[in-house]
Amino acid sequence: MGEETAFSVTDQVEINPLYMFRWEEAQDAYVLLYPEGIVKLNETAGEILHHCSQSSSVGDLIKKMKTHYAASDPATAEKVEDGVYKFLEVSHAKGWIRRKT
Amino acid sequence: MPKAGSGVKLDGQGQPLWLCLELTYRCPLQCPWCSNPVDFADYSDELTTEEWKRVLREGRELGALQLGFTGGEPLIRKDLEELVDYANGLGYYTNLITSGMGLTEERLLDLKKAGLKQIQLSIQSCDSNVTNELVGTDAHDKKLAVAKLIKKHDFPMVLNVPVVRQNVDLVPGILKMAEELKVEFLEFANVQYYNWALLNRKELIPTKEQLDRAEAAVNETRARVGDDMTIYFVIPDYYDGKPKACMNGWGNIHLTVAPDGSGLPCQECRVLKDVEYNSVRDHSLAWIWHESPAFNLYRGQDWMKEPCKTCDEKEQDFGGCRCQSYLLTGDATNTDPACSRSPFHNLVEETVKEANAPNRIYQPLVMRRANRSENTAVSG
Ligand code: SF4
Ligand code: SF4
Repeated sequence: MGEETAFSVTDQVEINPLYMFRWEEAQDAYVLLYPEGIVKLNETAGEILHHCSQSSSVGDLIKKMKTHYAASDPATAEKVEDGVYKFLEVSHAKGWIRRKT
Repeated sequence: MPKAGSGVKLDGQGQPLWLCLELTYRCPLQCPWCSNPVDFADYSDELTTEEWKRVLREGRELGALQLGFTGGEPLIRKDLEELVDYANGLGYYTNLITSGMGLTEERLLDLKKAGLKQIQLSIQSCDSNVTNELVGTDAHDKKLAVAKLIKKHDFPMVLNVPVVRQNVDLVPGILKMAEELKVEFLEFANVQYYNWALLNRKELIPTKEQLDRAEAAVNETRARVGDDMTIYFVIPDYYDGKPKACMNGWGNIHLTVAPDGSGLPCQECRVLKDVEYNSVRDHSLAWIWHESPAFNLYRGQDWMKEPCKTCDEKEQDFGGCRCQSYLLTGDATNTDPACSRSPFHNLVEETVKEANAPNRIYQPLVMRRANRSENTAVSG
């Protein structure tokens, strides 16, 4: 495992291939499946991971999330950005995501 | 092997998130802690491929996400690849729980193609003599070779080591072996003392001293390897005074289907002799899960007696394990005797005391065999 540094806009992140991420109709939520475990994600967490898998960089992800939450005013936009960074940090610590190398 | 509380805590919202298929009770090994029924040979009427497929379909409709193929040794079924493929198509996360016996590179590649996600391989030590003696046949080298193949083909892997008196002193070597194999998860599994394990309980229970040493070695490795390998190790309920949150609660998120089609709330629960389990041959999986008397028997908390009834731990541990209560106290609705608050806790304490006594009289292990009389020295 590499040094722990905060994520930056240019970082490329992906879902850890140990995990299977997908929408689960019966749960009405995104889920992460891994050996012997299930994580049911709340709405925001699910959306971030969903967009994460389709983004070229953290900056791109933030842009997509701002669009998703229609965050046009600066206050909301900042809140979305903070939320994304915080979530990336947590999911990195949990091993759900990793930096692309 | 069923997990004792190692899974995440989950609210299934009434859905059987975890579906476990015991494809067969047949197995080339003879582990003396085997969770299969002692009379496993009486359940030879296994479901057909088409019947298993129906179970898989109905399981997904009920909301199941995690799927374990287990046994016995599931690789004995020639249709394993076909079933994995089918399950993968339905959207399950597919786990294979295996002894590794019979897993060739060719089958591994076929399983990969079929969409298998994860393999849990059991191994009993880092020393071939110890492993072979414990499982009753030459298995160690084959298991090691299989472990390497699994990594070669890039499957996430859980290395599962049942912890018993005979191997617990080898934990440092086992940790090293797992590190060298580069497994992602190493699970030291406490043996659950039902079925075969209960017959051998006196011989299998590790001493407290042994466990403390093993735990220290685990912690040392954890500190060193960090995130590279997740190590599960918990002090067994017998020593802990705390019952395990068995199956996350009866009929809560787990559904097991036995080789003969019986729907079971847990892999061990056939030890409850007066409970009748319904078969998928006679009923839909939905009926078994929602309606059958067996699944509703200990669901929720209404069945509880004191001290569980008014205890604030009951949301966390569900009063422990029904099978353990039944086997040790004769009544499944009693508090699990592993709990220090149980009026029967002395039963567990006495067993532990015996296991730790310096002048214990050793008895040969009763190996898992279809015909128990093949064991040379079976008592009782
Ligand atoms: S515990 Fe041992 S004997 Fe029993 S099914 Fe597993 S590998 Fe076979
Ligand atoms: S009394 Fe029952 S609920 Fe309370 S800790 Fe013991 S087993 Fe759990």
